[in-house]
Amino acid sequence: MSDQSLIGRSLPRVEIREKLTGRAQYIADLYRPGMLHGALVGSPHPHARIVSYDVRAARAAPGVRCVLTGEDFGDHRMGAFIKDEHAIAKGKVRYVGEPVVAIAAETEAQARAAALLVEVRYEELPAILAPEDALAPGAAIIHEELASYFKVFEAVCGGNVCSSTELAEGDLERGWRESDLVVEHEYRTAPQAHVSLEPCGALAEVDAAGRVTLWSANQSVFRVQASVCESLGLPMSRLRCLTPRVGAGFGNKMEAHIQPIVVKLALAAGRPVKLVLSREEDFEIVRARHPFKVRVKTGVKKDGTFVARDVEVLADGGAYADDSPGVLGYSLLMARGPYRIPHTRCRGTLVYTNKLRFGAFRGFGNPQVSFGTETQIDEIAARLGIDPVAIRRKNALGPDDRWFGGQQLGSNGLAECIEVAERESKWKDRAQLAAAPGKRRALGFACTAHISGLLGTGAIVRLLEDGSVVLNTGAVDIGQGSDTILTQICADALKIPLDRVSIASPDTDGSPYNWGTTASRVTYTTGRAVFAAAREVERQIKTHAAELLECAEADLELRPGGVVGIKGVPGKELPFLAISARAHWRKGGPIIGTNSWVFDQPTVDPKRAVAVGLPFPQIGVYSFGALCVDVEIDETTGQIEVRRAWTVADVGRAINRGSVEGQLEGAFAQGLGFALVEEMVWNGPRLANPTLMDYKVPTSREVPYELHSYIVESPDPDGPFGAKGVGEIGINVVAAAIANAVAAATGVRLRQLPMTPERVLRGMLAAGASG
Amino acid sequence: MSARQTLVLRVNDTEHEVRAALHDTLLTVLRDQLQLTGAKRGCNHGVCGACTVLVDGRPVRACLTLAHTCRSAAITTIEGARGIADRLREAFEQAGAVQCGFCSSGMVLTASALLAARPAASVEEIRAGLSGNLCRCTGYRKIVDAVRAVAQGAER
Repeated sequence: MSDQSLIGRSLPRVEIREKLTGRAQYIADLYRPGMLHGALVGSPHPHARIVSYDVRAARAAPGVRCVLTGEDFGDHRMGAFIKDEHAIAKGKVRYVGEPVVAIAAETEAQARAAALLVEVRYEELPAILAPEDALAPGAAIIHEELASYFKVFEAVCGGNVCSSTELAEGDLERGWRESDLVVEHEYRTAPQAHVSLEPCGALAEVDAAGRVTLWSANQSVFRVQASVCESLGLPMSRLRCLTPRVGAGFGNKMEAHIQPIVVKLALAAGRPVKLVLSREEDFEIVRARHPFKVRVKTGVKKDGTFVARDVEVLADGGAYADDSPGVLGYSLLMARGPYRIPHTRCRGTLVYTNKLRFGAFRGFGNPQVSFGTETQIDEIAARLGIDPVAIRRKNALGPDDRWFGGQQLGSNGLAECIEVAERESKWKDRAQLAAAPGKRRALGFACTAHISGLLGTGAIVRLLEDGSVVLNTGAVDIGQGSDTILTQICADALKIPLDRVSIASPDTDGSPYNWGTTASRVTYTTGRAVFAAAREVERQIKTHAAELLECAEADLELRPGGVVGIKGVPGKELPFLAISARAHWRKGGPIIGTNSWVFDQPTVDPKRAVAVGLPFPQIGVYSFGALCVDVEIDETTGQIEVRRAWTVADVGRAINRGSVEGQLEGAFAQGLGFALVEEMVWNGPRLANPTLMDYKVPTSREVPYELHSYIVESPDPDGPFGAKGVGEIGINVVAAAIANAVAAATGVRLRQLPMTPERVLRGMLAAGASG
Repeated sequence: MSARQTLVLRVNDTEHEVRAALHDTLLTVLRDQLQLTGAKRGCNHGVCGACTVLVDGRPVRACLTLAHTCRSAAITTIEGARGIADRLREAFEQAGAVQCGFCSSGMVLTASALLAARPAASVEEIRAGLSGNLCRCTGYRKIVDAVRAVAQGAER
């Protein structure tokens, strides 16, 4: 059995050949007959009332077929948590670049040329560019109608406060009294751009019945459907959402981008419309990772036992709520880390500012708070003279412990993660690491956990007439490999070869609901639904086989290759083809297995914890991880080089080992950028570096080739084959581990990201540590 | 906007007559007129490398290359790349060096030009040679391993 199992193997991606031959089609590669091209006019102001539009010249420009302003859109608002956003600016603009006018023309060049002819008159309002200014008395209000917006949770909001959240366990004052040492600092993280290599885009077409088909770069056809329909006032049944291949997402493509505008253009023009953002637009108008200010205060006993923790987050949400309330709540839930700290309180405030909206980005707030919490643990360890790994191990959550808030842990491989990272990095021999002349060198360590989440999911497994199988889940493979993993799960459950299963492309008309490719959730949630749906197919196959072979269903087994037979009787068997033909033409009906479920374990146990303004009641099961990095710092330039890294994750069970490694390694590289170089910089109200010339992401030279990933398998009782998620966990503590190595090598404790050479050098000069 | 002029491009060993303005890039002509969409527009600034094609065997940024400057050249896109590119495809598949795939065309073509010049390229030469092609998904290690596997094949 095990040698034939498809589970745990590094099978190549099912779509790999199309991607290596240039045949894979992404949104920009799609064309429809008669298709127009879209372009946008962005706001030049961060905060202003729209007084009037003059689009006469644009309408008269060559090739232009349609020009839409905010006045052409109804008063409908969208938003995952707070419905505060129109499809296009209406009445007011709230950040530079916010789309105010949309144009469709025969060619992209004509559409973009016409955009330059649009004149919009504004009445400027005071701009709020920093979170502190948003909270100041008398500050201009960015959303005057906040109180009347529909909210999907009990939001604590008002003024420019979009959402505030508190989560607490134990008795903080008692915690401080029982502590021998209390350490407190503020940490700052920088806004980070997703930089999916594929910019966002959409293509919409209206059929003869007035029904719309929409293709777009996305992480969830169902979130696209919901967002477009609520922002345009369309019934959801009037919109069909499809997906081409997606050139990565990282959170950027989860909620809507320009899909509502493109649908409106297609409806107004009566022709298909495609709009693909330029790289600059993709930087300026989609979303990014929130900059956080995090105050962390931790109390410990002399022996290193953690006693108390108080965390306060101030998050810049930008102009619209988007996924921000969720990010804030999740960051607070993660701020105790994978440790026992009996007395903990985490509070956060999310404010509106006149900048691009911030939203979901791999890690979902965890990298920001972990930069503070995981570096503070090293500071405490240094003050107490305890080994950084030992203090983590001493306080690590065990299998019987609960997460902050009270949720039980179904599985917990943290101890093994720590052990693997410690062993493989030769942590205990780190004093013998040699630095090159003019360099300092040290290892840095950090631990993490992350959910594999949440919400609703389904799967449909259909046995076709010839015995082959079509799997349909609605889960979008954004490049992480879920099409392959879900195919493996389905094929393995039915004991058929991988190539006997085809996976359907997500389609809101035909696929079962899937909330989305986000929150490290597809393997865990959708994988579980696929397994259950395949089991239902097996049950139906056995019902037929029992009648045909005249035996009890319990005596039947699936055999490799698509055969059902009587246990212990080698000759007594039937191919799936015979079963399926009977079902289709003579008895029982076509064999279709379905399953759907929603994650329903509560995050907060009210007997243990108090939560106010937490936007999600149920969030997922926990994966764990540990990371060690080998860092060298140039004493003259302050340049940090990560020479080696050992990244470990407890993923429950690896369905596809190569894909798990790919997630860990890719997340590390993105975390390396967050730690060392990436920062969106605003020059006043305007983003100053919206190009890949000026916004650097790590290349093959900066990411260490010695990037070692290790898989720990502590099976989750509810996961498919025990699997949990791995999409995000690898990014969480890259910055913290590097900062810990820098401190160990130089004595300089950096509390602000990114850790640029200048900041390192200033720290070394201040400490008198530079050579 | 300048008027379009007819020009003949030799792409993947086939001559194509196309209409291009003087300012039209090779990328837009390949994608919009020849439907060769394997070359991607990632940044349109020549930074990300997703639009890489081979012109007379050299990797170029199709987004920065004017179509009219390629009149007498032999252009190879991912759709027509063979030889080393086929060995790289096999190696990328074995190494799991592809995730979203948006960089893959450029990676394979850049690597094939690198290996054409340095058949037994070392890991450090590969890391340097691919540093003009961004990948946001993989962390590069599996890509470097894939290219190195082909280079090691050449060593034997």
